[in-house]
This record gives sequence, C-alpha cells and structure tokens, in this order.
Amino acid sequence: MEDTLVKSEIIKPENRVYKKTDLMTEKVLSYCPGCGHGTAHRIIMEVIEEMGLTEDTIGIAPVGCSVLAYEFMNVDMQQAAHGRAPALATAVKRLMPHKTVFTYQGDGDLAAIGTAETIHAANRGERITIIFINNGIYGMTGGQMAPTTLPGMKSSTSPYGRDLDMMGHPLKITELVAQLPGTHYVTRQAVHTPSNVRKTKKAIRKAFELQHQNVGMTFIEIVSNCNSGWKMTPVQANKWMVDNMFPFYPLGDIKVDGKMVEG
Amino acid sequence: MEKELRLMKGNEAFAEAAIRAGTDGYFGYPITPQSEVMEYLMAEKPHERTGMVVLQAESEVASINMLYGGAGCGKKVMTSSSSPGISLMQEGISYMAGAELPCVILNVVRGGPGLGTIQPSQSDYSQSTKGGGHGDYRLITLAPSSVQEMYDSVKLGYELAFKYRNPVLVLSDGAIGQMMEKVEIDAQVERLSEEQIREQHPWATLGRHNGRERNIITSLDLDPARQERHNEALQRKYKEVEEKEVRYEKINCDDADYIFVAYGTSARICQKSMQLAREKGIKVGLFRPITLFPFPKKELHEMAGQVKGILSVEMSAGQMIEDILLAVEGKVKVEHYGRMGGIIPAPGEVVDALEQKIVKG
Repeated sequence: MEDTLVKSEIIKPENRVYKKTDLMTEKVLSYCPGCGHGTAHRIIMEVIEEMGLTEDTIGIAPVGCSVLAYEFMNVDMQQAAHGRAPALATAVKRLMPHKTVFTYQGDGDLAAIGTAETIHAANRGERITIIFINNGIYGMTGGQMAPTTLPGMKSSTSPYGRDLDMMGHPLKITELVAQLPGTHYVTRQAVHTPSNVRKTKKAIRKAFELQHQNVGMTFIEIVSNCNSGWKMTPVQANKWMVDNMFPFYPLGDIKVDGKMVEG
Repeated sequence: MEKELRLMKGNEAFAEAAIRAGTDGYFGYPITPQSEVMEYLMAEKPHERTGMVVLQAESEVASINMLYGGAGCGKKVMTSSSSPGISLMQEGISYMAGAELPCVILNVVRGGPGLGTIQPSQSDYSQSTKGGGHGDYRLITLAPSSVQEMYDSVKLGYELAFKYRNPVLVLSDGAIGQMMEKVEIDAQVERLSEEQIREQHPWATLGRHNGRERNIITSLDLDPARQERHNEALQRKYKEVEEKEVRYEKINCDDADYIFVAYGTSARICQKSMQLAREKGIKVGLFRPITLFPFPKKELHEMAGQVKGILSVEMSAGQMIEDILLAVEGKVKVEHYGRMGGIIPAPGEVVDALEQKIVKG
C-alpha cells in the first residue's frame, strides 16, 4: 500500500504536539493509574520550565502519597516531616527571598497534622506557593478518613460513612486560609479534564509570578480523585468527584489580589 | 587589637555569639528560662548588622522544621529552647540527623518531667546524648559551664555541625543561661554568600545552577538495603566523632584519691566542694566533660585506675552515671549525687555525699 505513512515520516519535529518536560524525571510514577498527582506534578514542572525558574526553584515534598515527589520533580527538593512543609518553605524563602519556593501537600499533611504550620505560614504572609491536593482520603496508608472526607463518605476508619456528630465536619481549610490577611491569591482547581488542567496551570503560573511581587502567600487547592482509596475505577472516581466533591469544594478563585471574590 | 569584654547573661552571650558567628537564621519560640535569646536578637536588629533572619515561629515544632529548611540550603541556622520545647522538637531533630543536616540547638534545661518547673536542672542528659527522637542517631552534645563557654559554643557548634553534617546540641541549664559573667567578644564572621555555600556545601538545595543534577534533602529511603547502608554510614560518622572530638577539663586530678565527674552548673558547684573537701584533708579532683557526646570514655577509664572512687554529680536522678559506669568497667566504685525539681545542691551537701557514699562507703 503506497500511501501508508511509515514511522519516520510521522515522528518529525514539525508534527510534535506534546513533549514531556525535562523537569519530570524518567522515573516511573508511583501513583495509581487514574490518579491526579501525575498531572499536577507535570504542570507545576512545565510552569517552572516555561518561566525559566529551574535554576532558582526549591520544592518541598510532604508525607503521604506524594512523599516521593522529589523523585519525579527534577528541581532541588527537600522532603519534610509530616505536615511541616510550610515551616521548611518559610525558612528557605526568608533566607533566600529571590528563590521560587513551593510546597506540595496532601489533605492529611496540610489540613490535619500540619494545620498550625499552614495557618501560621499563611497568616505571616510567607511569599511561598502552597499546592494542596485534596482527594478527601488518606491514600498512602490505605484509605483512612481525612480532615476533608465528605459527610457520610466511607473510608477504612469511617466504614459506615463519616458521622458528623462523632467524627466532626470536613475542614474547608482553603476558605479558612483565604480569610487571613497574609494570603494574596487563593484558588481551587482540578485536573480531571484538559480544560481544567489548563486553568490549573494558569493558576500555578499566576502564583509563581506573584511570589516575586512581594504580596503574600499564594495557595492553590487542586480537588483530585483517589480511585483506589475510593474503591472505584478511574472513570467512576472522576464522575464521583464531579458529583460529590465539587458541590462541597466548589472550583474557582476564592481570593484574588488580596480581596475575597464575591460569591 | 584590644579585647572586647562585656558583662552578659548566658542567654544573651549565646545570642550575641550567634550574630558574630555569621548565623543566617534564628527560628525560635519563647519559653522560660531562655527567652532572652530571641529578645536580645530582636532588640539587636541583626538584619541590619549582618542580614541575619530572626523569626518567632508558632511553635517549637515549626522552629525545628524551619531549621531543617534553612540547613537544607546550607545556611547556618540555630534555635534555642528549654526542656519541654526541646521535647517537641525531637521529631524534627531525628529528621535532621537522618537527612544529615547541620544546625545548632540550645537547650537551657529546666526541671521536668512534664511542665515541671522553670528552675535549673540537668535531667535532659539522656535525651540529649542518646538520640532523643526515633531511630539510631546521636547529637554532638556540648556542655558549657560558664557564660564564656555559652558564647564559645556557637562557633564550635557550627564548626562541628558542618564538619560532620549533624545537629549539635548545646546542653546548658537555667543557671548558666540566667547568670551574668564577663565575656570576651570576638570579631564578626561574615555570613557566607550563595556562591560560597555552593562551593563549600555542594549538597545544599540552592537551585540547579548551571544545569547541575538536582539536590535532594531527605531522610527517606524505602529500600531496606540502602537504608541499612545509610545507617551504617551514620554510625561510622558517630564513631569518628567519638575518636576525634572528645573535650574535657581536669582540675586537681593529679594527686586526687577521689574525683567528681560533673558538667555545667554542677561542675561549678563541685569546684567549691573540691576546695571544702581538700580543707578537710580529702584529696578530690574534678573531671568535667565538655562534650557529653562524645563522652570522654577513655580518659575516665584511665582515671579509674588511679583513684579510689568517683562521685557523679548531676542535677538529676542519675543519668550521666550510666556512661561513667560503662567507661570505668567496674574498676572503681561510682555513685551518683544530685538534686531534682530545680534545686541546685550546695557545695557542702556534695562533700557530705562524697564522704558518705564514697570515702566511708
């Protein structure tokens, strides 16, 4: 068949529509297929590369599923004790204000064990960017209840559903952080569709730009899925996230230019 | 150049030494009896003097993790606290030991357990010298017994911390922290530039300049074989510290029949006790460890063959005595004398204890 394309005719620079950023290492991701972490990692690294920040960025990895983030993100990284990433980032940025400093934290890390570090770093207006992945569950340890687990939502430590009387309410820490005068830009995004990925990437770029305008903390929540923790297929998990997580954690900007966005 | 002498509290001397030693960042949380450290630093505006960052954190947990972040960038960082606050820091200290990060931590010890008291004590010896947090690690532990030594412990602390990439703990107590003595102030050491740090500490996370491979600061390695090798390397390092960094002082030990072993405030009490005992015809000397880890094991072992008995004097229920017993290997009688709860023993009490427990016993 004469009109069939051969491989060498397809793989040409002018035909390329996507290239993996060099700021993601060759290491195979440790995340479950369908998990949002990989996409979130990639777009952060893409922004750093596109903005030319590679030589002056320090990232802080948390404890949780993304504890090994430093194996995938090809920039200088520190791995923090559980919940303490904002404290590490505070010192890094205060000692070197010209650097770009970000933390990457899950809901257990940021909104349970690290609540004090989160709130106080935000309240001091540390010039750092916090990227907060909220999937409403402890994925790493096998699906236990998180501070952000929805009312009635089942987990291995709330097997009959989250009982608000007994277990307390989900913590909307992003709204809480937005109330503090130290935060300048607070937004909630997702990475489950191409359009959401683009929006989130734009938010990350904005946050990193603001870091060098000396205006305060930038905080991006990414509502994500946990298909293995939620015990669903990736497709079911994304649908469940849209139907259940988004109504409770609505997407969009919460605070822009230091002012609350009118709901 | 003429020497600059000042009359200072131990805590203030430590703070001034911090600025003079070229510290990049101090992160702390107030607690009695060491709050003067941060108060002095804030009043001195070290940001104007040297560019040093001073930050009051929301807790000791945050302070020690700020040290982790700063030390990970190769910066000279320090904190100070007192016993309950140091307990809160143990997780972070363990992480720093695991990630091999240098820093200087001052513990102005007060009596415990729990909230205990704000008065001086030496009951944190075991926590300081045996690890304190989880995992197999050691802190290089310095025990100043004067305001001058508080001052000097900063420079020495950084020297050892960076040489071995390990946290250094300065184990002081409420009496040394609060008392005033004259201090000889040395010249200002310049803070290192980012370029100097890149050169001297190539492991630091300062950003991937000139496209170098990324640096990672972590205590995690999930591969057991690699984690074991990492632990073995740490143990080799501690062994080297034990071989090379022992520091101690001997006073009137040459003709002594008995010796006191004491550090910090207890060593000061024992100097007077020694004088009182000698007036009564009891020939006693003082062996003062300056490093508690590494503990002067060999030196004490040698001393044990030359004397009739050893009295360990410590403001605790008897923690250091375990190290003395291990060092002397049963060659000579060893007893402990101490007071607890924030009480400092009187010199006469110590002499009585020597007579009762060692001379007559």
